[in-house]
Amino acid sequence: MKFIDEYRDASTIEIISQKIFEVTTHNWNIMEICGGQTHTIMKYNLESLLPHNVNLIHGPGCPVCVTPLQIIDKAIEIASRKDVIFTSYGDMLRVPGSKNDLLSIKANGSDVRIIYSPIDSVKIAEQNPVKQIVFLAIGFETTAPATAMAVRLAKQKELENYSILCAHVLVPPAIELLLSSPQNKVDGVLAAGHVCTVMGMKEYYQISNRYKVPIVITGFEPYDIMKGIYYAVLQLEQNKHEVENQYSRVVTNEGNTHAQKIMRDVFNVVDRNWRGIGLITNSGLELSESFSKFDAERIFFLENISTVESNMCISGEVLQGISKPIDCPAFGNQCNPEHPLGAPMVSSEGACAAYYQYKVQTANFNRQ
Amino acid sequence: MNDTNLSAKLNCPISSGEYEKILIAHGGGGILSHDLITKLIQPQFSNEYLDVMHDSAVFGINKQRFAFTTDSYVVKPIFFPGGDIGKLSVYGTVNDLVCAGAKPLYISVAFIIEEGFPIEDFKKVIASMREAAEFARVKIITGDTKVVEKGKGDQIFINTSGIGLVYDEVNISPKNLAIGDKIILSGKIAEHGIAIMSSRESLEFETKIVSDAAPLNGLVEEVFKVTKNIHVMRDPTRGGIASALNEIVKSAKKEIVIDELNIPISEEVKGACEILGFDPLYIANEGKLLICLPRSESEKVLGVIKNHPMGRDAQIIGEVTDQNSVRVLMKTIIGTKRIIDMISGEQLPRIC
Repeated sequence: MKFIDEYRDASTIEIISQKIFEVTTHNWNIMEICGGQTHTIMKYNLESLLPHNVNLIHGPGCPVCVTPLQIIDKAIEIASRKDVIFTSYGDMLRVPGSKNDLLSIKANGSDVRIIYSPIDSVKIAEQNPVKQIVFLAIGFETTAPATAMAVRLAKQKELENYSILCAHVLVPPAIELLLSSPQNKVDGVLAAGHVCTVMGMKEYYQISNRYKVPIVITGFEPYDIMKGIYYAVLQLEQNKHEVENQYSRVVTNEGNTHAQKIMRDVFNVVDRNWRGIGLITNSGLELSESFSKFDAERIFFLENISTVESNMCISGEVLQGISKPIDCPAFGNQCNPEHPLGAPMVSSEGACAAYYQYKVQTANFNRQ
Repeated sequence: MNDTNLSAKLNCPISSGEYEKILIAHGGGGILSHDLITKLIQPQFSNEYLDVMHDSAVFGINKQRFAFTTDSYVVKPIFFPGGDIGKLSVYGTVNDLVCAGAKPLYISVAFIIEEGFPIEDFKKVIASMREAAEFARVKIITGDTKVVEKGKGDQIFINTSGIGLVYDEVNISPKNLAIGDKIILSGKIAEHGIAIMSSRESLEFETKIVSDAAPLNGLVEEVFKVTKNIHVMRDPTRGGIASALNEIVKSAKKEIVIDELNIPISEEVKGACEILGFDPLYIANEGKLLICLPRSESEKVLGVIKNHPMGRDAQIIGEVTDQNSVRVLMKTIIGTKRIIDMISGEQLPRIC
């Protein structure tokens, strides 16, 4: 298939692999930010094409994983109401809340629907005027513009029965938090290509400079990731720290200015809790005042819900790249995709799920 | 991370992790389905026929061996590109018999119909079943009809059972899988699942992909004309070829390696899977066959299959290794190797 096959070509990838072997002289920790990249790394077992001294650390870029427990619990509470049709991206349905998940609520008779686009939730609202339609809006800068479009559409149509539970988060503040941590061991960063498609590259120059870390904006195909790793290692070996664009077929310096404008119109930047990581300054989006009538938290007057996180789950450490999924005592035992203890075991973009899907047996095999 | 840290995290015991209610994923063909069957259902009914855990039970009367199977069809929407629930209910049961090495003969049908279901649609469904039965050369010889109140069903559910005569000298069982066996796949994968997905209301996604729903008895008859030495056959329906291959290795306690480059798949299906975030290895087929057979027979059988209209795109996709592990490995398109596990839960579309 055009635009796919050329980025999955064995001989091209083999050449990049050889180049990485040739230039690597030191130990380097490279963090891929996006869960989609983690998924590709596992799906194609790219680690087997890297020298032992290039270590991949899986970053926090799984929106499902970092959505705070309190939001999940609120979602479950709203979805349980009889007058509500609750809509969400599929991955969110299995994310464990304090007591249960959206899928269990659905099994109990709640109207929980998987949608593929937030615009669909607006259509459902039009078709069901006597119901309250709530959309669980999660994701990074990639999905936020679509949510913004949906809310704007709901306003244009003067819908009175539509709202969103807004949990959108922003990537650069999280990267900055990880790099500034005393526990940081990340030498180079592969930034998330799709986030940069929307936001451009500008946010990364300062971060790269401040923390003396090469940041390579990287795509999602095996070729992209291998090339991104090569660029990052090359910079590290040459003692450079620049922002480089591997994904130039999609990402421009300015990004999608139209999408950025819609986001600015609809959202305000706020501090936000990230599941497993904690509060990150200026890392979240909430509806701006002119759209606040679509805020589910205002409509449903949710009291502060006390949350209970599984003590066994080390997803915080996994999301910060401090531990790998196989370091967790629950991994593959008490915690598996059927019975996830933490969100990274749910989404295909979660590091734990990716490890489970593609590496669990290898890991067990290696341990024996 | 040090051990002190870990033990601090181990203080709080977690819940048993068992679900109290049936979830959709219990019917998804993955690990939850497998658990439901092996932990709850099979122990209740355990006997020498059931415990073989094949798609069909094989039993003997006098010196004849028969295959017997049953399946329920709840597909939504009931009419989809390339087929409908009626056609599926005939072919699905025919194919379960075929995979036991049997010539399908007779089928029963039971309808559970929701009050308010248009008679016109019902006519279409049964006409389609008649055509399908004629095409597959089976007779529908008994049946039942029930109607439930509006809202207590979803348009129409169909159960069919089937009985067939097992070919002489044919002995199909995962236990026969042997080191060096080749694995033939009869055609392009994932077409049924994607056709269904693309016709669901919530997905505004237009494709020309149609379901591959088809009876496999004609194809298998041709194979048996040249050899009876077939070790395992499976029609990789729910859960796709990944789940079918995993079931085979689990029963046979062997390792299979497949080669991604050799797996037949259309560009349209590949594209749809890219967009929707699906792995085609896990997507349902309704007219494809996996055949595991001795290396010495493989080229001959591949030739026969390729000559059949339903097997034109057939390929040898892998083989059974001499490794002492129970798993399915895949040589990826870029030359690396990875494990192909059973599907877990539902395949949920990714969000970004």
